[in-house]
Amino acid sequence: MFGLYIHWPYCLSKCPYCDFNSHVSNTISHENWRRAYAKEISHIAEFTPDHLVTSIYFGGGTPSLMEPKSIAFILDTIQSKWRMANDVEITLEANPTSIERQKFEDFKEAGINRVSVGVQALNDKDLKFLGRQHSAADAKAALEIAYNTFARVNFDLIYARPGQTETEWEFELKQALELAKAGHLSLYQLTIERGTAFETMYQRKEFTLPDEDLGGALYEMTGDIAASYDLHNYEISNYARLGEESQHNLTYWRYGDYAGIGPGAHGRLTINDQKFATRTHRAPQIWLDNVEKKGHGYHDFTKVSQNERLLECLLMGLRTAEGIKIEKLKQEGGADWMSILNKKKLEELQSSGYISLSTQHFRVSSAGRQRLNRILQDILD
Amino acid sequence: MKTPDTKPLAHIRNFAIIAHIDHGKSTLADRLIQTCGGLEEREMKQQVLDSMDIERERGITIKAQTVRLAYTAKDGIEYQLNIMDTPGHVDFSYEVSRSLASCEGSLLVVDSTQGVEAQTLANVYQAIENNHEIIPVINKVDLPAAEPEKIALEVEDIIGLDSKDAVMVSGKSGIGIDDLLEVIVQKLPAPTEGNIEKPLKALLVDSWYDSYLGVVILVRVMDGYLKKGQRIQFLNTRAVRDIDRVGMFAPKPVLLDALGPGEMGFITASIKDISETQVGDTITEEKRQCEGKLPGFKPSVPMVFCSLFPADAGQFEDLREALGRLKLNDASLHFEPEQSQALGLGFRCGFLGLLHMEIIQERLDREHDLDLIPTAPSVVYKINKTKGETIELYNPADMPEVTSIESIEEPWIKSTIMVPDEYLGGIITLCQERRGEQINLTYAGNRAMVEYYLPLNEIVFDFYDRLKSISKGYASFDYEVYGYRKSDLVKLEIKVNAEAVDALSMIVWRQNAESRGRQLCERLKELIPRQMFKIAIQACIGGKIIAAEHVSALRKDVTAKCYGGDISRKRKLLEKQKKGKAKMRQYGNVDIPQSAFINALKMGDDR
Ligand SMILES: Nc1nc2c(ncn2[C@@H]2O[C@H](COP(=O)(O)OP(=O)(O)OP(=O)(O)O)[C@@H](O)[C@H]2O)c(=O)[nH]1
Ligand SMILES: C[S@@+](CC[C@H](N)C(=O)[O-])C[C@H]1O[C@@H](n2cnc3c(N)ncnc32)[C@H](O)[C@@H]1O
Ligand code: SF4
Ligand SMILES: [Mg+2]
Repeated sequence: MFGLYIHWPYCLSKCPYCDFNSHVSNTISHENWRRAYAKEISHIAEFTPDHLVTSIYFGGGTPSLMEPKSIAFILDTIQSKWRMANDVEITLEANPTSIERQKFEDFKEAGINRVSVGVQALNDKDLKFLGRQHSAADAKAALEIAYNTFARVNFDLIYARPGQTETEWEFELKQALELAKAGHLSLYQLTIERGTAFETMYQRKEFTLPDEDLGGALYEMTGDIAASYDLHNYEISNYARLGEESQHNLTYWRYGDYAGIGPGAHGRLTINDQKFATRTHRAPQIWLDNVEKKGHGYHDFTKVSQNERLLECLLMGLRTAEGIKIEKLKQEGGADWMSILNKKKLEELQSSGYISLSTQHFRVSSAGRQRLNRILQDILD
Repeated sequence: MKTPDTKPLAHIRNFAIIAHIDHGKSTLADRLIQTCGGLEEREMKQQVLDSMDIERERGITIKAQTVRLAYTAKDGIEYQLNIMDTPGHVDFSYEVSRSLASCEGSLLVVDSTQGVEAQTLANVYQAIENNHEIIPVINKVDLPAAEPEKIALEVEDIIGLDSKDAVMVSGKSGIGIDDLLEVIVQKLPAPTEGNIEKPLKALLVDSWYDSYLGVVILVRVMDGYLKKGQRIQFLNTRAVRDIDRVGMFAPKPVLLDALGPGEMGFITASIKDISETQVGDTITEEKRQCEGKLPGFKPSVPMVFCSLFPADAGQFEDLREALGRLKLNDASLHFEPEQSQALGLGFRCGFLGLLHMEIIQERLDREHDLDLIPTAPSVVYKINKTKGETIELYNPADMPEVTSIESIEEPWIKSTIMVPDEYLGGIITLCQERRGEQINLTYAGNRAMVEYYLPLNEIVFDFYDRLKSISKGYASFDYEVYGYRKSDLVKLEIKVNAEAVDALSMIVWRQNAESRGRQLCERLKELIPRQMFKIAIQACIGGKIIAAEHVSALRKDVTAKCYGGDISRKRKLLEKQKKGKAKMRQYGNVDIPQSAFINALKMGDDR
């Protein structure tokens, strides 16, 4: 398991809820960016020559704004540095505006075999509230082309929006599931992030969010409805037909290795049995300048302690329905990994069915995953 | 030893500054210190004598402080002024009474925008009892709302101090401070007796632990003198020690050769065992003992009790030591070991009031880093058992079987409340609700003075807060213990998921039990955060449920969004959440935040 994450930091406009490393700019030299990605890829490949690449993910920002030529160039560079798995999954995040959907064919040509479309909502009123540059019709058109072009397609929706009722969401979700022929959906409840325009509006009480009970009800019905369409809730916010799960994201949740390339990208790399956390410069121009001067934009390359490894492994793995293999926990946290757990809480949570812990697996039930933050606080105190 | 040269008695003035809370005692002390050059401009800060962190944060004086200043009067003589700044809050009145017993005069500070308040009266009566000469000081005359003449007349009216003698000052701006200093040397008496040739006789006024000096003792010399190297004896505790330092606070500590009759200052004597220094004790020379003992101080009577248990049983001895150190500094703190079934070894502590209790708990946490489990504050009940014996009940959790009880008595107080006319109605309603019996109602100008008998139990929790909020801060309150009376009392018990919460059980008047129980359940419903399961909250009397509420199970608490590969962020978030998590106490499987205990008892406005 080895994933490559490539970050493209530009968007057409900034969405009010978004705190990703995304910027608006009209002076982008695609040529310079291509070269920079290739350089950083070569740099990181020196540390990980023996890794076998199982997934590549172009994320953003809006990487569908990249030139298909850049994608092809980057994929060529990768191929020249590492061995590639036969079934390597290569995803591109795409926004459904007209310019971008017209490029889908070219992206496929360049080597992309999966797209993830940021639909966010299926009605124009909410799309407007979310500050999106596309209509519901645009989204449907983009999905239509995506399904015709790619064998694997995901799309994202943001729900638990201000004022959204259970009935409204049920209608929209079912519509989405009808569209989701290929079998993957990412359904995120709206989160207010620090430093976003929504944060200011929320603090000024310009809108309110569903309370805990409604949020819980929306979450529960989402799982039930998705299941009735054969999409299983394999991670807190991800739903897929069996076999359609995102390999790249599973690498994060299974705490496998991944390299972060491009501005503000994070990575976890195992080198000689030691785990390193990597992070690149976040500001696009600074990253670019650094790559040009030094051959890479790495800002941090720090060893992760055994205790941190265990914590990270739990934090990610318990988000999934499959849970974590005990073997993996021992590998990351040592033979006595259980010593960081609060035994009393663990037992309480086991007997109430929220947690299952066997000699093989450590899992949180679906009811437990819905309350995962509390469970983690309780068992890790 | 050669008799040292010390200040002639006639050139010494020892006095306390007394007032109602916030009338400006500490600020006035600042100006006196500054005018006499005790501190340089750059060393000055507001209420410089309030040196404890808690005092500075809350803006109130908790400990009395003594400073010595040198003042050269218009008559050309340099006088030695020993000034004792005292606290105004009723919970620290024991500090005031000790200060008063150690000097000969008082400055009675009255805020010229507020007038005479309950603690003004309480403190001035104490000063009179100590035969003090009293100078009325009308303060804050810099404020636009000040009515100094009117207030001076009020002082004359209510207290009987001649308004012509009042000095008008502003401790803030410095108006009138020069006049005040002259009045002090002219009007206040010098110490009357005191003979340096007689055997040493000194009063142990206060003592505390200082990390540099060790145990420091504040003294007032009556006869003889104190000098380094001298071998002294404490008459009550019989301990014998060699003095290693003699000094004064100016207000910075300054070492001196000796302290003579009439003077105040400090000594250190490599004292390890704090139990040797009892406030009010008499200090003499081991070899040449004085005749008789000083009367000392009246012991303080604790009003509110709670038990403190270390969260970590291994810290019991640390807690004992910490309480000992605080006691050294605060003679009104009482404690004795206690054994509880549920909570293990701890201490039953007595306080002068809720604020006092809060301050002590905070100091134990801050200055001694102790994690404590406090029980609900309570008063002492007398339980007359059917077999004829009477027991004192400190902790409601220890209440005996109802069938073995013949009757229960509770302590009552006699309280004095002063309040502007317009709020009188609300105050009377409050007192009636708290089972009060009116004794008297009189007027002075547009202010009313009401006296009530009240059960102490009814004022322990939030009476003072309610009083303040009803009167927009204008009512003042003072009380004294009046005696015990039989009442129809029951034990109210709180259970969470069927587990009794000891720290919340309380004794209440039967007629109030149901509404109290309901309120407590409602408050707890708000104060206990949702958990992984439903929580039943019940109020019970003798096993019978009289009120119930529940906290629903947590429905959702999860980070929806994935931050891609940024796991560090998630990890830090978790670590932050863990740090920010409130301190919890477990009852069965239910976690109750530490803060919920006191907050549940503060009944608030809905009563
Ligand atoms: N305007 C004005 N404010 C004053 C004066 N004296 C004190 N204050 C203010 O009144 C408040 C209380 O002053 P303190 O000196 O702390 O009062 P205190 O009597 O020592 O209070 P306790 O020790 O807590 O009883 C502070 O905010 C002071 O700044 C004054 O002469 N004029
Ligand atoms: C990397 S982001 C954006 C990808 C792409 N640029 C787009 O906007 O479609 C991936 C997804 O996270 C989700 N997301 C971003 N911010 C969110 C927020 N504040 N609350 C909930 N979901 C959010 C959105 O569904 C988004 O499509
Ligand atoms: S949500 Fe997507 S399009 Fe919107 S600002 Fe964020 S990254 Fe860009
Ligand atoms: Mg003060």
